[in-house]
Amino acid sequence: MRRLVDCPIVPDESSKNISRADVAHLARLARLAVTEQELDVFAGQLDVILGAVARVGEVAAADIPPTSHAVPMTNVLRPDELRPCLPRDAVLAAAPDVEDNKFRVPRILSEEA
Amino acid sequence: MTDLTHLTAAELAAAIAGGEASATEVAQAHLDRIANVDDRVHAFLQVDTEGALSAAKAVDAKRAAGEQLSPLAGVPLAMKDVVVTKGLPTTAGSKILEDWVPPYDATISRRIKDAGIVMLGKTNMDEFAMGSSTENSAFGPTHNPWDLARVPGGSSGGSSAAVSAFQAPLGIGTDTGGSIRQPAAVTGIVGHKPTYGGVSRYGLIAFSSSLDQAGPFGRTVLDAALLHEVIAGHDECDSTSIAAPVPPVVAAAREGARADLSGTRVAVVRELGGEGYQPGVLAAFEAAVETLRGLGATIVEVSCPNFQYALPAYYLIAPSECSSNLARFDGVRYGLRVGDDGVHSLEDVMSLTREAGFGPEVKRRIMIGTYALSSGYYEAYYGQAQKVRTLISRDFAAAFEQADVLVSPSSPFVAFGIGERVDDPMAMYINDLCTLPASLSGTPAISVPCGLSEGLPVGLQIMAPALADDRCYRVGAAVESVTERLVPPQGVLA
Repeated sequence: MRRLVDCPIVPDESSKNISRADVAHLARLARLAVTEQELDVFAGQLDVILGAVARVGEVAAADIPPTSHAVPMTNVLRPDELRPCLPRDAVLAAAPDVEDNKFRVPRILSEEA
Repeated sequence: MTDLTHLTAAELAAAIAGGEASATEVAQAHLDRIANVDDRVHAFLQVDTEGALSAAKAVDAKRAAGEQLSPLAGVPLAMKDVVVTKGLPTTAGSKILEDWVPPYDATISRRIKDAGIVMLGKTNMDEFAMGSSTENSAFGPTHNPWDLARVPGGSSGGSSAAVSAFQAPLGIGTDTGGSIRQPAAVTGIVGHKPTYGGVSRYGLIAFSSSLDQAGPFGRTVLDAALLHEVIAGHDECDSTSIAAPVPPVVAAAREGARADLSGTRVAVVRELGGEGYQPGVLAAFEAAVETLRGLGATIVEVSCPNFQYALPAYYLIAPSECSSNLARFDGVRYGLRVGDDGVHSLEDVMSLTREAGFGPEVKRRIMIGTYALSSGYYEAYYGQAQKVRTLISRDFAAAFEQADVLVSPSSPFVAFGIGERVDDPMAMYINDLCTLPASLSGTPAISVPCGLSEGLPVGLQIMAPALADDRCYRVGAAVESVTERLVPPQGVLA
């Protein structure tokens, strides 16, 4: 208990694991266009958070099965039958841009491709 | 004349069914209260005056026609803005959904409407339910009705504040790591996180799918139970919904009000207390344990050694699931789109949209989750956290062999000041210390008021095994029946 509260608040300065470059990489993977200033702030914060959550590694759990869901259920199916779906216009009404009854998005292939 | 806003949901329902007040009068009284105080509380992101009055009129017409009314017909409710409502904007507290109007109703929205409950509007929250203070809302913080300079807890702080401030007798919250129980505790009301799978998640904007669960807020245990029975029950639109009867929570609340817990075994969890907890919170908790003893319960102590790892396990599992769930906000099908100028690529537009649309906490969690799921780190972080989750459930199973319910404080702290913790993520995360174990094990837990510390409310958390939600309500109602009702100081919103 004690360490859980104290450890993240007094981070070990020698354990800096997350650099600006790491944040930039994570942001790119997560499709976040972070600013220069955010790189600094997030590098410090993510380092502290990841240092704190790494404590799960202290638990001897090699033989323990993982839990992905608290209530185990498999193959939950419902009858394969037609049922009403949302009207097209109602769905497209929420879209940022629409063309010919479709979602319009920026070009993903170059002219030559 | 009685102030309708100070009646309980059960009293309001009886008054409406008995013709002593119309549903329209009740709705108007609450809308007036919102108009008078919400400039200071900011519980609501949107008030649906027209929709509320029309729902109330429908109840009055039904009664006039001699039709049978459902148990909460005409009673007003504050809905957390993470639950989708057809035709009514739903933002999840995020700029990325600022103008989104859902084309469908969540299952719980539909059940609430079908029950004749009058939805007053949508309440403020931490963005995508990530936070413990409601300060992470893109639309400004909510203020605690006990002290406007303090937070109402979170992430369901808009609903907890609305119920505490008599703007609504009932509220809906969602709880992923404590987001119903902690706000209930720090605003002096009742909040219950049902068994995972007990309430449908269809139409709940997903944060962490293996943990998210909607539940009721009320000023009394019975009111929360009445709302629980409206929203709970199997739903084929949610594949994780449990196909089992709803636990008899209303009967349990009435039974508990008889103030007799003889034969009930209550265990204090050794790991949920002590160092790091505010002394006033511990004092109120210890008094609550004595109250339970006085009600006839047998008190034992149990040890759940893996609970100390609940916080690190949770802050790996929840961010991992969120990084996946929030990938859907890409500016293509709904919500914000930024940078679509004919020059930027689709990928650039996605990145610019998400940069502009998400706040700092959401970005942090997406990146933590992205890291924890990366190859090379997956086993050490996400995989290991899932194993710890198993051990926490085993701790619960062992503890429930010795006791019918487990108790702890609902939060280590009373409501803290707005702005105090917002720049220190770990200082915010430890608010969830007591609530995380039940989240990870999917088991039900309630927070009921158990006294004051420094003039601010303290909550007692009562945890039960899966699908035994009724035990939470029974023990909670017993405590309530012998505890002074907490009401915010009148001067705060005078």
